[in-house]
Amino acid sequence: MSSRDLILGRVRRALADVPRDDTPYEQAVQRDYLREHGERSVEETVDLLAENLADYRALVHRTDADGLAEVVARLLREHGSRTVLVPPGLRAEWLAATEVTRVPDRVDSTAHELDGVDSVVTACALAVAETGTIVLDGSPDQGRRRITLVPDHHICVVRVPEQVVSSVPQALEQLDPTRPLTWISGPSATSDIELDRVEGVHGPRTLEVVLVSGSGNGSGSGG
Amino acid sequence: MSGTFVGMPAFPKAAREAVHNTTLRGNLRHATHTIRAKREAAVAEVPDWAELREAGKQIKDHTLRHLDRYLVQLEESVTAAGGTVHWAADADEANRIVTYLVKATGESEVVKVKSMATQEIGLNEALEAEGIHAYETDLAELIVQLGKDRPSHILVPAIHRNRGEIRDIFAREMSEWGRPAPEGLTDTPAELADAARLHLREKFLRAKVGVSGANFMVADTGTLVVVESEGNGRMCLTLPETLISVVGIEKIVPTWQDLEVFLQTLPRSSTAERMNPYTSTWTGTTDEDGPSTFHLVLIDNGRTDTLADEVGRQALRCIRCSACLNVCPVYERAGGHAYGSVYPGPIGAILSPQLRGTGSEVDASLPYASSLCGACYEVCPVAIDIPEVLVHLRERIAQGGPATEQGAKVVLKPAKGHAAERAAMRAARWAFSHPGALRTGQRVASRTRRFHPRTLPGPGKAWSASRDLPALPAEPFRDWWQRTNGGRGDERMSGGSTSGGKDTGK
Repeated sequence: MSSRDLILGRVRRALADVPRDDTPYEQAVQRDYLREHGERSVEETVDLLAENLADYRALVHRTDADGLAEVVARLLREHGSRTVLVPPGLRAEWLAATEVTRVPDRVDSTAHELDGVDSVVTACALAVAETGTIVLDGSPDQGRRRITLVPDHHICVVRVPEQVVSSVPQALEQLDPTRPLTWISGPSATSDIELDRVEGVHGPRTLEVVLVSGSGNGSGSGG
Repeated sequence: MSGTFVGMPAFPKAAREAVHNTTLRGNLRHATHTIRAKREAAVAEVPDWAELREAGKQIKDHTLRHLDRYLVQLEESVTAAGGTVHWAADADEANRIVTYLVKATGESEVVKVKSMATQEIGLNEALEAEGIHAYETDLAELIVQLGKDRPSHILVPAIHRNRGEIRDIFAREMSEWGRPAPEGLTDTPAELADAARLHLREKFLRAKVGVSGANFMVADTGTLVVVESEGNGRMCLTLPETLISVVGIEKIVPTWQDLEVFLQTLPRSSTAERMNPYTSTWTGTTDEDGPSTFHLVLIDNGRTDTLADEVGRQALRCIRCSACLNVCPVYERAGGHAYGSVYPGPIGAILSPQLRGTGSEVDASLPYASSLCGACYEVCPVAIDIPEVLVHLRERIAQGGPATEQGAKVVLKPAKGHAAERAAMRAARWAFSHPGALRTGQRVASRTRRFHPRTLPGPGKAWSASRDLPALPAEPFRDWWQRTNGGRGDERMSGGSTSGGKDTGK
């Protein structure tokens, strides 16, 4: 007998007490919990996102579509970056004001090569206000998972308010599980020394989130 | 069953040694008290905590009650998404499968994400025996591995170490494993975290094989979820060419939507955060992003035996948040090592004896490693009634009875060392069913009370070593009841009542 059959057989014998007409999934789980916590206006939701991001040590910047390129250029300059990773679908105008050398996200670049790049600029799939989370889903304006992991400095652009949801349940509704997702809440951190939180371990130690308003409800960010 | 730390003494003996270690007690007290207050605040932020907890319980219970169906569904979805599913009945089989898969890549080292399942099956040791080096990359696991130590906490395996000890371990051991610790390393947590970053980076960048566990597996989409803080998980899940995930069969949830419950309760309950820094989800393989080969090894290793117990199966709801450890007064004093398992604390006390059976001395002692105060149940985000299962297992150990071991129904004999307890219970049963004898006995006991010893003799000595014997009243209750006509007559007790008589003013 294969181990598969052995285990499934054991499971079935172990569940001999469960009736055939046991309560189906839809009725077995009462979802009495809230879809979101509290009532907020659109502006307040964006403010909450900014507040929670900052609470977990992300650096938050706010601007409008016209000022975005300047902000990105300034952040790269202040970080002392000489090179920046660029996902294939990133809007060219976001990097229009910087002279920093662009490094394209290529399949055949090695992890060691990525380690030599100073910064990365990406868009995101959405952001969750209640938890201060940005979610990447590997779309062309975000790139492969590793490009937001190996460089030490990540600049993530969130279009507000259209990319902001209030809560985790609302985020999961919008996300596509078949895509590889990365949920990011602040820079990398650890609680492993005396159960106290310290920022800065393996992921990017500096996370800058740029909340940009008035950039239109452009689904064109991927193009 | 593997997983028992070799030569582990029963809990009381190990705990007695641990409580005399003042450094250990200080470290544990500091860490558990830090996290307790923070967790309370994080939970208080969500007004619907009780509803989330109930939904989490219901999702897990439903899944367990239909586990066969969901396992088959998961296998189909993972396979359809480009993964390969393997099944392992026990630890040895799981280790053989992983070893084979690593060897097939031609590599001799792997990087690992912290995983309870691989700890449980002793994967690192099994790989080492075959010449494959497994590098732990979680900071606390690294501290344990470099210190040739054992884990003592589910979330923070090195919780028993303070910053000074961690500094010493890094300074002494890092050079043996790769990049040495920086010169002049101090014990500030930020510097220690930085030393780990530098030490592990070269291993991440050259890694070809990653080994992980998973916090959740979604049956309908085939998605796996890893919740972490440091980014070592992301490194192991995305940089290698081959990813092998070893996951217990109970980690399934039916649907993608179910994650909305656990991604709210797990971070708040474990690290007291609104959300942990990184959560990765992946479904099979993705072209040109992350590993091109993905293996999922599903392990039983005692889980189906646990599932067969209608009271005990609720332990399989556990999402490994470790909140029960952090609030437990016994864990805080005894530390994790005394539990003789990778699963310490209250959850370990009900999980280990079920996964491994109650055959060994340490496993038979674990259900007694509790004062039944119930704090663990209170904080559990999936409402596991740990005290209920503890009492249930105590009954099994003292009286024996039906159980399931490696899929076979067995009838356990009463464990050794509980003869006196059973004799006392038999005597009590006889006395309570013979009122005359009970009355005579109570009168004799009351009248001779000044001669009673303060500790019990013989086998009762161990029981009374850590407990005060209850004081006996001068007059048995039933005599008082009769004499005072149920308290309606003369309410005064006949002098010197130890129960602090109601009418002592006169």
